[in-house]
Amino acid sequence: MNRIQTCFEQLKQKKQKGLIPYITAGHHPPAETLQLLHTLVKSGADLLELGVPFSDPVADGPVIEKAHQKAVARHVTLADVLDIVTEFRKQDENTPVVLMSYLNPIEVMGYTDFAIRASKAGVDGVLIVDCPPEESSILHTALDAKQIDIIYLVSPNTDDQRIKKICTLARGYIYYVSLKGVTGDSDKLAIDEVKKRINHIKTFTQLPVCVGFGVKDGKTASALAATADAVIVGTALVKTLDAHSSSTMYTAIESQMSELHSAIDA
Amino acid sequence: MSDIKTAAKQVPYDFPDKTGHFGPFGGCFVAETLMPAIKELNHAFEQYAHTPEFQQEFDHDLAYFAGRPSPLYYARRWSEQLNGARIYLKREDLNHTGAHKINHAIGQILLAKYMGKKRIIAETGAGQHGVATATVAARLGLECVIYMGEKDVERQAANVYRMKLLGAEVIPVTTGARTLKDAINTAMRDWVSHVDDTFYLLGTVVGPKPYPEMNRMFQSVIGREARQQCLDLTGKLPDALVACIGGGSNAIGLFYPFINDTGVKMYGVEAGGKGIESGQHASLLSVDGPQGVLHGNRTYIMSDTAGNILDSHSVSAGLDYPGVGPEHAWLKSCERVEYVYALDEEALTAFRTLTRIEGIIPALETSHALAHVTKIAPKMHKDQIIIVNLSGRGDKDIHTVANIDGVKI
Repeated sequence: MNRIQTCFEQLKQKKQKGLIPYITAGHHPPAETLQLLHTLVKSGADLLELGVPFSDPVADGPVIEKAHQKAVARHVTLADVLDIVTEFRKQDENTPVVLMSYLNPIEVMGYTDFAIRASKAGVDGVLIVDCPPEESSILHTALDAKQIDIIYLVSPNTDDQRIKKICTLARGYIYYVSLKGVTGDSDKLAIDEVKKRINHIKTFTQLPVCVGFGVKDGKTASALAATADAVIVGTALVKTLDAHSSSTMYTAIESQMSELHSAIDA
Repeated sequence: MSDIKTAAKQVPYDFPDKTGHFGPFGGCFVAETLMPAIKELNHAFEQYAHTPEFQQEFDHDLAYFAGRPSPLYYARRWSEQLNGARIYLKREDLNHTGAHKINHAIGQILLAKYMGKKRIIAETGAGQHGVATATVAARLGLECVIYMGEKDVERQAANVYRMKLLGAEVIPVTTGARTLKDAINTAMRDWVSHVDDTFYLLGTVVGPKPYPEMNRMFQSVIGREARQQCLDLTGKLPDALVACIGGGSNAIGLFYPFINDTGVKMYGVEAGGKGIESGQHASLLSVDGPQGVLHGNRTYIMSDTAGNILDSHSVSAGLDYPGVGPEHAWLKSCERVEYVYALDEEALTAFRTLTRIEGIIPALETSHALAHVTKIAPKMHKDQIIIVNLSGRGDKDIHTVANIDGVKI
């Protein structure tokens, strides 16, 4: 069993739902990004999603886009992100790490090279935003060879035929995008609709279904956790990081995470 | 690479394949959130665009709204000055709204109408595609939002006002380099947020499937007309075609109907900006730059070693884009088209020359193609023929040129 499977198996046994925070690597200097990852785990993260900086993050809203821009300006690259994960693994052997990336940084590194280096660093899964199953077969094979899970997205308007296809290919978990929009579009979130969709997706797969995009606080997280296996929180955390200095951000993140965590467990 | 060349030299040319790939290029690299919209668009394109009804309506609008066919004009004095090949100008500048962009705007808005979409969005660089889109949207009474980089809003103020007069909302994009690339990013974010009622009227032959093929189809009217006009006027096919390349829509429009005429040489002219070594340019194919994935397709892009997209530069807003249509990447691989570049300065010289010698003010984008003509025409025989796509008129650029001349207008 890999780390992602173990993580969801343990949650299931404890009858708990997972909390998955997202931050963009390089939003803060690499040493601080590393420290943030440990802080997130300490304050209740079950799995970590780490964004790979990219100059043109078209699926992201303004908050995460700005984090990418800062990271790119800081010259934090995919290679640096893998170094951060390597460092993280020295202290944390268990928490799964999933990279959330756009395709081009991986294209430039080369699929096989990326798979080898990511595996060596201790990456457990990769979600490539702009690489739908139609275009992913070569990369998929490269990642499979290194036992790295490729995570696919399902969106509110994905039809059944497509859901079926995606579920056949998917590894790790299904990332359900809760709304038609970009990350952080929380105004558009229709909770009852999302719940219905998650239950529907579950008829196609045994994999855990996690929900993200637009989860802004404990209340929404708690409502979604009733149906989903885990809740992914990105923009809300990145916003907090933006609002604090390097000295206060760790405590701020801890308290936000514990609010989310207790909401989900409630 | 030799396999690629053999594959690509198949006659007749039959690309893209069913999945939107031109060899390794093209494809459909978008987030799952956009896939249903892309599928709907692909379906509509396949279902409607090839029907006789659609074609008839398209042809009618090209004739009566855009003013086609555009003339193929013999530039006698310019040809004499260059003392070589006979140069013919395909006068896309005489179309309604002053550029070739109206061709694919008419085609796409027709598709939007067939699909029942009520809201049109588009990106624009020089503003020509934005104006064309605002024009066709006004004609059908559809809501229209145009995304334009803040830098382009500044250097193309007249076109911004034109779009507003036509009833479009122009939203300046303040992220990144504040040019065409960033306008496309923002338009894609808008589309994903309004997939149900919105049609994204993309302005060139980039983007995910079906855009490169769809815009090629709508722009091919340029080459079809030019081919027939050349035969009618001269009794033979041209020896060379020349067109400027930003995304590459006017070039594909001219080239595609000649693609199986193996005796016709083709030149795509990119923006050399301030010189390749300066890093301030928009040349990808001519300098054999890196390949990668941007805006839904795999192609040549300007990127750094980490895969981040670099800022391009050109004196002409319409060529200021760090990517290029995937079919051009493919036509480079199979050596069917030769890609070259012209510097800002060379384009400006050609701009002035054509204006004074032929009484035609060309767009700065087009002037890059003209600059290349001045390099090849003198080396050709007097009975040889060059067709250059005069893709747009230069009225929109007079402020830029006046600024360079230090003249305030």
